[in-house]
Amino acid sequence: MRYRWLVFALLVSALAFVAAGCGGDDDGGGGAAGSEDVSGSISIMAIWGGTEQESFEAVIAGFEEAYPNVNASYTSGGDNLAPLLNTAVEGGNPPDIAAVGQPGLMADFAEQGAIKPIDNLREAIVDNFGEDVADVGAVDGTQYGLMFKGANKSTIWYNVASFEEAGVEAPEDWDGLTEVRDTIKAAGITPYSVGVDVGWPMTDLFENIYLRSAGAEMYDQLARHEIPWTHQSVKDALTLMADVVGDGSNLAGGTSGALETEMPESVAKVFSDSPEGAMVIIGDFAPGVTETTLQPVEGFNVFDFPAIEGSEPAVMGGGDIFLKFKDNPAADAFLEYLTTPEAAELWASRGGFSSPNRNLDTGVYPDEITRTTASALAEAEVFRFDMSDLQPSAFGGTPGQGMWKHFTDFVQNPDDIDGTAEKLEADANKAFN
Amino acid sequence: MSTAEAPAADTARGLPPADGRGRNLWEQYGIPALFLAPALVFLAVWIVYPTISTTIRSFYDRSGDEFIGFDNYETLFSDDTLFTAIRNNFLWVLIVPAFVTAIGLVFAVLIERVRFSTAFKVAVFMPMAISLFAAGVIWRLMYEKDPNQGTLNAGIAVVRDAVKPSAALERALPSTQDLQGSTDSGFVLETPLEPGSGVARLGLTGIRASDVPEDAEQAVVPEALSGGITGVVWRDFSPGGGTPGTVEDQELGLSGITIELRDESGRSVAETTSETNGTFEFPDLDPGTYQAAVSSDTFSAPFAGVSWLGEGLILPAVMIAYIWVWAGFAMVVIAAGLAAIPRDLLEAARTDGASELQVFRRVTIPLLAPVLTVVFITMLIYVLKVFDIVISVAPGGVQDDANVIALAMWRTSFGGVNNHGLGAAIAVFLFLLVIPVLAINIRRFRREV
Repeated sequence: MRYRWLVFALLVSALAFVAAGCGGDDDGGGGAAGSEDVSGSISIMAIWGGTEQESFEAVIAGFEEAYPNVNASYTSGGDNLAPLLNTAVEGGNPPDIAAVGQPGLMADFAEQGAIKPIDNLREAIVDNFGEDVADVGAVDGTQYGLMFKGANKSTIWYNVASFEEAGVEAPEDWDGLTEVRDTIKAAGITPYSVGVDVGWPMTDLFENIYLRSAGAEMYDQLARHEIPWTHQSVKDALTLMADVVGDGSNLAGGTSGALETEMPESVAKVFSDSPEGAMVIIGDFAPGVTETTLQPVEGFNVFDFPAIEGSEPAVMGGGDIFLKFKDNPAADAFLEYLTTPEAAELWASRGGFSSPNRNLDTGVYPDEITRTTASALAEAEVFRFDMSDLQPSAFGGTPGQGMWKHFTDFVQNPDDIDGTAEKLEADANKAFN
Repeated sequence: MSTAEAPAADTARGLPPADGRGRNLWEQYGIPALFLAPALVFLAVWIVYPTISTTIRSFYDRSGDEFIGFDNYETLFSDDTLFTAIRNNFLWVLIVPAFVTAIGLVFAVLIERVRFSTAFKVAVFMPMAISLFAAGVIWRLMYEKDPNQGTLNAGIAVVRDAVKPSAALERALPSTQDLQGSTDSGFVLETPLEPGSGVARLGLTGIRASDVPEDAEQAVVPEALSGGITGVVWRDFSPGGGTPGTVEDQELGLSGITIELRDESGRSVAETTSETNGTFEFPDLDPGTYQAAVSSDTFSAPFAGVSWLGEGLILPAVMIAYIWVWAGFAMVVIAAGLAAIPRDLLEAARTDGASELQVFRRVTIPLLAPVLTVVFITMLIYVLKVFDIVISVAPGGVQDDANVIALAMWRTSFGGVNNHGLGAAIAVFLFLLVIPVLAINIRRFRREV
């Protein structure tokens, strides 16, 4: 997981160059209703530092323009944000507002009574972000959080030259993806580059398949372990997963190569002028993890994770959720401001940002790739948070254990669907008790 | 006051002070204690307290609230991952100290006889100058599977290519169900052919456009040959896939492909090589039915690389990296010991007619025994605690297979599991393992003093 933030930081710094080139066309048009009645000061904490901090401070500046009597100050917590917040809450002196990346942490805070409900904003959140994204910030039916910044992990990246050589185009659905895979293979090109890494890229792949093959409701039930991992829907999803990782001849370096490859390397194998694989299934952070001489769109490109048997457009991803720790009218005003597309636009136009806000004009994104991945995120009929991030960490986030381990083993033994399901269930039982 | 003057007078006369017990105590215990105090404080704060607190923590559960007795220790021996770690550590102890000492000894003895011994010593000792972690990263790169990246596999590939010249194609797949087989057995066309009418269509896919021979021309389906069998072998792929089994425009013939003709029993009766447009013919055949096949001689798969970092070889791979680092240390220590051996003993043995090997085994080694023991025991302790080289050489996906106790402890406590209770139990277990070795070492120190 630490990777992902690193990856974000890299992505942002890469995009910052682009932003520097095309910035400055911001005419400051604030449709967000401001007010001079609200006054006071608020403190905000999040992980963003460096370029991301500058971008977020631009959002704060926009807010202060709309609410001239409010003074908002931002502190970066960096990678230590979670322990910092925990300590601050325990010491009774939390910031007014903080953004966290883990829904589990939000649930903990809600249980402790450390964060305040924001049910009054629910309507505004649903209007702008849709039910699913709004629900990411809800605990047992009470709204606590607002996912302002999102990450789209339902993306497949491809080498454009390889696609052209094989004469294929980005597929629309799973069967199309299988056809593309076979055609690329017939052209003598290895279809997939897979980096099993410590296992999380494989859980992401499974989650993407499961969300589409079993549907969002089942996804939620499985995430809460209300249905067992031995459920038929899990086995069906594993069968589909074997379409990708089951045959070593489809993977760059074969099965053993995939097992030894770490995520950034798997991306580098596709983003190359002599690619070893045509496609890599990994989240929207891919361009930030590797150096490449290829140009975006012309050299490498991205398409949405395809639908399975007519499933609606769905996105599995992550994001930063804003929480309110203190009742303070200025804090309410700030959170309300964050629901508006104007707030999202301030960061989106600077790059390195995907907004789940549906009312944001995707034209503001500085490059085409971000526009594609961010609009898929905003327009998704279904959005679900990365399932492994919703699990107890021993099951969902530990090298050599739980999901990471069993999905790694599955790449090795793609025929052992029942065994994989049983081992997952056994570990899930341990973790949930 | 008067009492205070008396001892002063005694001292002046060179006699022991009358009530000198207090002063003696101070000299006997106080001053040493004063000098030891800083070290003791450090020991207490950084060694004693953590040891006690870790031991206590190991009897509590994950959250640290509930006392669970020996449950953590039970998990330690029943959990597969942790058991692998213990087994691996055992193998480390068995193999690595012995190898390091042996290699160090051989280097030390041989180095005495070469001309540029200092240069050689520096080269062997150099790995000690870099951190274990950096050494691990270097080996990680050398072990890469892809021969274009990993030094070791690149070396193997060069030797292999020199021994075995490459064939016409690296790999291929049949384009339709009519063609069966693999690159190892060759591809056989299931449809039977008869002389006079048989035209074989051997469509292959899975060939990179850039791998097609440069002289290739548009593939052509030949006419049937009276009394013979003809056919075409071609790259049955056009962008988008094309129609498998049909020779289409822009699809190139494959030249230089070995085609076999097999009779009904599957025996090869004739062999020929395809033309630049992919066509081939077998003239003047006896009547009967035949099958055409693309011979397996056509293919030689490129060297994929030995999977050094795969789960099977990762343990020895990490050990080799570790031995490489420490061999220099062993060599230098042993060479120092060797220099201290009285030469006349060796000379005497030689004069008595002992061969070099006998001198080495019967004289040098016994004389070196104390030094060899130091090296061996030092390595034993280091190997029990081995950690950083494992984490830097082994990729995340195989760290379970390369796991050792110290790494398991770190991963359990901090690497995501966040089970400090179990982690503490692993730490205590490791501590118990090191104690006997330490005890031996301390006893040896005493004897030497």
